[in-house]
Amino acid sequence: MHAAMFLVLTVWSLSAASAEPNAPRSYEPIDRISGYVAGETRLFFQEPSFSDQREQDVSLAAQPEYYHQWTNGVAVTFTPFGRIDSADPERTHWDIRELNLLYPYENWFFRVGVTRVFWGATEFVHLVDIINQTDWIEHIDREDKLGQPMVEFSFTKNWGTLDFFVLPYFRERTFPGRHGRLRPEVVIDTDEAVYESPSEQRNIDIVGRYSRSFGSLDWGIYIFRGTSREPLLVPADYLDPNVPPGSRLVPFYEKATQAGTDLQWVTGNWLWKLEALYHSGYLDPYFAATGGLEYTFWGIAGSKTDFGLLAEYAYDERGDDITTTSIFDNDVFLGMRLTPNDTAGTQLLMGVMQDVEESESLMTIEASRRFGSHWRLSLDAWFFLSTPRDSLLYNFRNDDFVRLEMAYHF
Amino acid sequence: MDPWMEEHMQRTATTRVIPAMAMLLLSPFLCPAQTPDEKGRAIAEEADHRYNGYGDSTAQLRMILRNRQGQTSQRRLRVRSLEVADGTKSLCIFDSPADVKQTILLTHTHTTAPDDQWLYLPALKRVRRIAAQNRSGSFVSSEFSYEDIATHVMEKYTYRWLRDEACDGQDCHVIERRPIDSRDSGYKRQVVWLDKSEYRMLKVDYYDRKDSLLKTLTFKDYHKYLDQWWRPCDMNMVNHQNGKSSRLIWSDFAFRTGLTENDFNQANLATIR
Repeated sequence: MHAAMFLVLTVWSLSAASAEPNAPRSYEPIDRISGYVAGETRLFFQEPSFSDQREQDVSLAAQPEYYHQWTNGVAVTFTPFGRIDSADPERTHWDIRELNLLYPYENWFFRVGVTRVFWGATEFVHLVDIINQTDWIEHIDREDKLGQPMVEFSFTKNWGTLDFFVLPYFRERTFPGRHGRLRPEVVIDTDEAVYESPSEQRNIDIVGRYSRSFGSLDWGIYIFRGTSREPLLVPADYLDPNVPPGSRLVPFYEKATQAGTDLQWVTGNWLWKLEALYHSGYLDPYFAATGGLEYTFWGIAGSKTDFGLLAEYAYDERGDDITTTSIFDNDVFLGMRLTPNDTAGTQLLMGVMQDVEESESLMTIEASRRFGSHWRLSLDAWFFLSTPRDSLLYNFRNDDFVRLEMAYHF
Repeated sequence: MDPWMEEHMQRTATTRVIPAMAMLLLSPFLCPAQTPDEKGRAIAEEADHRYNGYGDSTAQLRMILRNRQGQTSQRRLRVRSLEVADGTKSLCIFDSPADVKQTILLTHTHTTAPDDQWLYLPALKRVRRIAAQNRSGSFVSSEFSYEDIATHVMEKYTYRWLRDEACDGQDCHVIERRPIDSRDSGYKRQVVWLDKSEYRMLKVDYYDRKDSLLKTLTFKDYHKYLDQWWRPCDMNMVNHQNGKSSRLIWSDFAFRTGLTENDFNQANLATIR
């Protein structure tokens, strides 16, 4: 807590010292409701591996957003989210993605409330993104996140941007229940999460980040201190001898200090990306990194179509340790991105992942296009091509799926 | 004097006014017969000088995309721009179609270095760097390329005066501009019609790299803002080779609104509406 106070005071004195007398800028008054309603189905190709799992699922989701901005720039955002799922009661869930007040003033801003913040550069693994917990049950691509309560202070000068976050409440990762697909054989009991911090979910986490753009290069570095977003999955009988062995897994959230960096660099048709972190927590400290490049062929064959080739690599010092929830320890990704630049806004991203040492491999496809001016059809497919018995992917050996979503945007 | 005015006046004085004045005063003595290249460049400089110096501006834009069969689709966006020491910073904030609402394209155009460009994706709150060298790529699937939309940078082209002729009922200069570095442009050359009284662009013919006529852009419905800056509210680009066209309808122009570099910082894109 003292550290947080110190940060806020330091930043406050920094901003006071550098305030410049400028005419206050007038913001456009905005009052609007937008968002989407979407029907989704996940079609699995194989029989489920475990007896309680349902074969297919159909669901309905909605994410409306209310936004109001006053002429002095103060703004309120409210974005609730909810899903009703036919197969897994755990996947029927709701969340407040955003509910915050933004107060901008010249070269700084304050934000209080529930917010979503993303940091990162690479396409296949999102490694350094840490502020928000993953809403894993939504999609296994880790791009859906739970709203994080926070106080944020951001300060920008010509030498870069400083961001300070105080995160007073911890969000637990969502996992499929016993009826859901894409889960380990032993069900993860999210109701019995265990914390290293005695204050459990009320531990106050803090993050400081510095970022800067040097012409064609964007760079950021952060330090996080608090409860790790990444749980260790522990058999419940390790913690409580009265529980029958092998009945369920319990998420254990450790306290950790993590330093992370992300970098994007453009040169000609090349885009270089790097994310790296050092994590020190309950178990041995470790280093992890992911990076790669994307080369784009613009307007292939005289058309408007852009074609990109991607190559990325992910490394995690922990290896394929069973206590981790990450499968990307020494893996190569090769992918392609096709952007026809048509009026339907069609997009296609395909990738294959191959472990360098093990036989683990998977393939993903992400495609979408617009119909009319309000509808968007998305197709996501995940194929677990090779799932050796000693790999975390073994759990998903029969879970190849295509996810189809039709969303109405307003 | 406010800092913006000060900076602007210095810049104008050093880069524009002095060379322009010097040319006007000295040209009758030093080069009695101005070459077509010199005349072309002088016309382009005068047009550039009259277009710029606005400080910052905001506007609403409606794009109407029309395919060969005449079917149309629309996009709405808000555009903000700011003149800075080495170029222009601009933001395009999408309001429609609904599925791309709040997507933001941020561009820093530099006079000498390659442009910088970022794309903000609201679903993930993610800022992606994009290769801005792709100046010949289509701007949101329209017949406009990024190059056609971006602020014109004098230093990236050579100029030549071709002739004077009537255009749209007005006396016009007709000049040609060619990219110095062919990687900067998707065109071999552009032919530009500017009216003699106000140096406003009325028409541009774009010739592809094989030097055949690709597109024609016409400007209509000019309005004068802050008693100084002329802006066209209707720009129509016709692609002669694929039969498609794109029309830009501008409205709600505002100048000197108090935008600062902070409003164009890639680190703050998630808070910009």
